[in-house]
Amino acid sequence: MGLLDKQFNDDNIVITKVDDLLNWARLSSLWQVGFGLACCAIEMMATSASHYDFDRFGVIPRPSPRQSDVIIISGTVTLKMATRVKRLYEQMPDPKYVISMGSCSNCGGPYWEHGYHVLKGVDRVIPVDVYVPGCPPRPEALLEGLLKLQEKIRNESLVKKS
Amino acid sequence: MKSTEEIFEILKANFGESILELVAAVPVEKFIRINQLEIDKVCLFLRDDQDLLFDSLMNLSGVDDANGKKVASENGDQIISGGTLSVYYHLESTKYRHKLVLKTSAEREKPDIISVSNVWRHADWHEREAYDLLGINFLNHPDLRRILMPYDWEAGYPLRKDYKNPEFYQGMKVPY
Repeated sequence: MGLLDKQFNDDNIVITKVDDLLNWARLSSLWQVGFGLACCAIEMMATSASHYDFDRFGVIPRPSPRQSDVIIISGTVTLKMATRVKRLYEQMPDPKYVISMGSCSNCGGPYWEHGYHVLKGVDRVIPVDVYVPGCPPRPEALLEGLLKLQEKIRNESLVKKS
Repeated sequence: MKSTEEIFEILKANFGESILELVAAVPVEKFIRINQLEIDKVCLFLRDDQDLLFDSLMNLSGVDDANGKKVASENGDQIISGGTLSVYYHLESTKYRHKLVLKTSAEREKPDIISVSNVWRHADWHEREAYDLLGINFLNHPDLRRILMPYDWEAGYPLRKDYKNPEFYQGMKVPY
């Protein structure tokens, strides 16, 4: 685990920094919005299922954005959907994170030129923390994206004002 | 089971001038062209006639024929003036197992075509799609509004050949 392995020597006393403790708690239970957009959502569901087991990283789909920490934009964001994506993001409590999954939500993907209905990258409406490339990305790639997000959270500080 | 030629003769005998022509010299399926303001009566006949019984509308699709003149508009964009927009109807009889393709055309400047949604209920959404993407105005349609694009889309009809995508939609940049 890295954070706690040296500190269990004497009678269950743990010495750590408040930041590290909070970050460890936060990054170990990233609840995601139960929200899928297109074919990437199939890969996201496969990642949640038993073989890849998103749950071992503490990622559980929640039925409400108000209970969630992370939103995975899994698929093509149409202009019609973009306003809804933005609203979902705004309904999430801080601190909140965004994983952009797949070429479509990264930059428009195959719809970049003639997709009259597609938003060319979800980062035009909400801030993105991790971009996962692929069309669609395999579950391993999404897991890698999650690990990158955990790394980012591990280096944040909720105590110190940045 | 009847061929397109036989059905054409039956329709010609019943509707006369509304049945425009049989187009057979095409690499795809033969089709019958029909007056756009009589299509609902013809379709009702095709559905209910005991020798035809076209109970299934397999597909209804709009087409921009782009057969008008290309002219420059005031702001320099190339637009198409004149010509037609068309609708194709693919019918099947589940009893007799025969199929039929119909085509109607309307002027690009005034694309009015009679709706067949009271003949086959599922034509409703197909016609809304053709309206949404090509701007074909289906007369007598119960609920003609956009189905795929946002309801407040004001930039026109995306599948028309002279369509120009807008720069912004609700503050979001649209082009890449």
